[in-house]
Amino acid sequence: MARLQIRNLEKVYANSFKAVHGISLDVDDGEFMVLVGPSGCAKSTTLRMIAGLETITGGEIRIGDRIVNNLAPGQRGVSMVFQNYALYPHMKVRSNLAFGLKLKRRPKPEIEDATKAVANTLEIDPLLDRLPKQLSGGQAQRVAVGRALIKKPDVFLFDEPLSNLDAKLRASMRVRITDLHKRLKREGQSSTVVYVTHDQTEAMTMGDRICVMKDGCIMQVADPVTLYNRPENAFVAGFIGSPEMNLMEGTLAVNGGIRVRLADQVLTFGEDVGGRLDVTGGEVLLGVRPQHLRIAASDEENALEGHVSHVEFMGHEVYLYVDIADIRLVVVVPSEQYHPEDIRDDRIRLIPRKTAVHIFDRETGRNVSLSANA
Amino acid sequence: MAEQITVRTTPELESARTLAEGRRMHAISSAVRYALLAGVGFLMLYPLVWLIGASFKTNTEIFANPGFIPSEPTLNGYIQGWKTSTPYTFATFFWNTFLIILPKTIGTAISCAAVAYGFARFEFPGKRILFATLIATLLLPNVVTRIPQYLLFRDLGWLDTFLPLWVPSAFAGDAFFVFMLIQFLRAIPRDMEEAARVDGANTLQTLIYIVVPMLAPALISVCLFQFMWTMNDFLGPLIYLSSVDKYPVSLALKLSIDTTEAFQWNRILAMSVLALVPALTVFFLAQKYFIEGISTGGVKG
Repeated sequence: MARLQIRNLEKVYANSFKAVHGISLDVDDGEFMVLVGPSGCAKSTTLRMIAGLETITGGEIRIGDRIVNNLAPGQRGVSMVFQNYALYPHMKVRSNLAFGLKLKRRPKPEIEDATKAVANTLEIDPLLDRLPKQLSGGQAQRVAVGRALIKKPDVFLFDEPLSNLDAKLRASMRVRITDLHKRLKREGQSSTVVYVTHDQTEAMTMGDRICVMKDGCIMQVADPVTLYNRPENAFVAGFIGSPEMNLMEGTLAVNGGIRVRLADQVLTFGEDVGGRLDVTGGEVLLGVRPQHLRIAASDEENALEGHVSHVEFMGHEVYLYVDIADIRLVVVVPSEQYHPEDIRDDRIRLIPRKTAVHIFDRETGRNVSLSANA
Repeated sequence: MAEQITVRTTPELESARTLAEGRRMHAISSAVRYALLAGVGFLMLYPLVWLIGASFKTNTEIFANPGFIPSEPTLNGYIQGWKTSTPYTFATFFWNTFLIILPKTIGTAISCAAVAYGFARFEFPGKRILFATLIATLLLPNVVTRIPQYLLFRDLGWLDTFLPLWVPSAFAGDAFFVFMLIQFLRAIPRDMEEAARVDGANTLQTLIYIVVPMLAPALISVCLFQFMWTMNDFLGPLIYLSSVDKYPVSLALKLSIDTTEAFQWNRILAMSVLALVPALTVFFLAQKYFIEGISTGGVKG
């Protein structure tokens, strides 16, 4: 039962490179928090600081009601699953699982019971007498999860645990881990999780909340739905969602109507955008997700006209790559709504869904279309 | 008709012929290669084979008969050689060697593993300078340090004891082994050690339970090298040991040359063969690990 609190956490390396810029984050008891970001955003460093594998150069980390800054990793009440499994190669699976408890000098019968219970949960009983090198990737990862589970830690830390697995196995392990988390929560065991990944699909599907990081700073912390629908800045907007949100450079003018000039075209918006704007003009990025663009009927006004450069058929949907002057857009259309004969001379007219349009300040990247009444 | 058949089969025949020719060429080249290898191998092995053969000859036959198969095999060399011309048998000398090798090998393994772990895994002030010093001692010729070392051990009152022969090694005095282990450790990812720390192991427990088992192949090589080099070390015992009852095998072999006017070569050779046995036995027992240790470590390059 523990909540994890991070206050103004900083990491400066000996060569004075600042990796983490004073981040603060609260992870509630039993919450599944995902740290996500592109490589080099210091998400792993943050996780390793929570684990105690990296020294903390500023700020504090609190697990439950203890400040753990100066505690050894083993005393923090955390357990960690590593990307490369990090199983002890010379020990059988059984000893790998029991190692932590053995170090704590727990009585033998207790260790045996705990090992059996964990092996049962993760369905690794038949593997107990194997060496790590005799395991497949998925099996090894399950043992690594088991090694974390057996200690009944306050906080579970996962460092990109699925990135060494193939796509199919990754999907099944994803479900397995979330199931496990739900089960621990139901059983009233401590189940606070911090999970690091660079894969936004993993983040969106697994996290209760997601913390998006970039260059050692937190960009936004929110639940997946909020993150997708109300990104606070252009970075989050671009990072979450697949394919990426289209971000088009343009100029915003608010006088009477809302007008956004993109290259040589102008889009006008009504109150559904105007009502949530908190600026009156300037250089902006217009953000529209590929799923929120539709092909215009021939008599519709206020559409963006572009040139289809190529088309990818994905089965249930079709990806259209559209060039408007030097802006490249991706449009996702459900297959049944895509009729090649609608596109004449590779010209296409697109209409964005007004309620799903975002406008970002081009300089700061801040979303200026998030005002309260939206 | 016959012509037709010939026409039809010529390409097949030809391809079969080239195939057979290729196979024959391959066989010849392998034969030549193996013959050459076997020849050179035999050349290398010949002194050893001759040594073993000669140890069963009588003293007169050794110089009379150039072949290595004794005409009248005798164990005389072994029996007489074992007794030696001193009050001690070779059992004493083997025991002395053992008393030097055992603490030296164990001490080397423990101390070098600890020092290498420190250098490979921790940041501490002065690490670079200390490491440079370590490597510098590696490059220092042994001869240079002989006299200062002798004076040091004399002042400690360690002359004519086994201490000067093993104590320096038991405190990671052999920079080569430390270096070899550091290189080996660098190739091992740190994840396992970090996992152990998260599991609650302290530094020493991590070293003992995680690092040492992973280092095992390299440690076995270290022990083996130390074993063989100590077994063969002549100069060290020669300098520091003066009483015959403390002589190790290497010195005792020379003893039989010194004390008799006419050398009893058969005895010397017989004892040489015996002196080879421990090193060879240990080597063949540990061969698998030994090769793993030097090939995955940094020694190769």
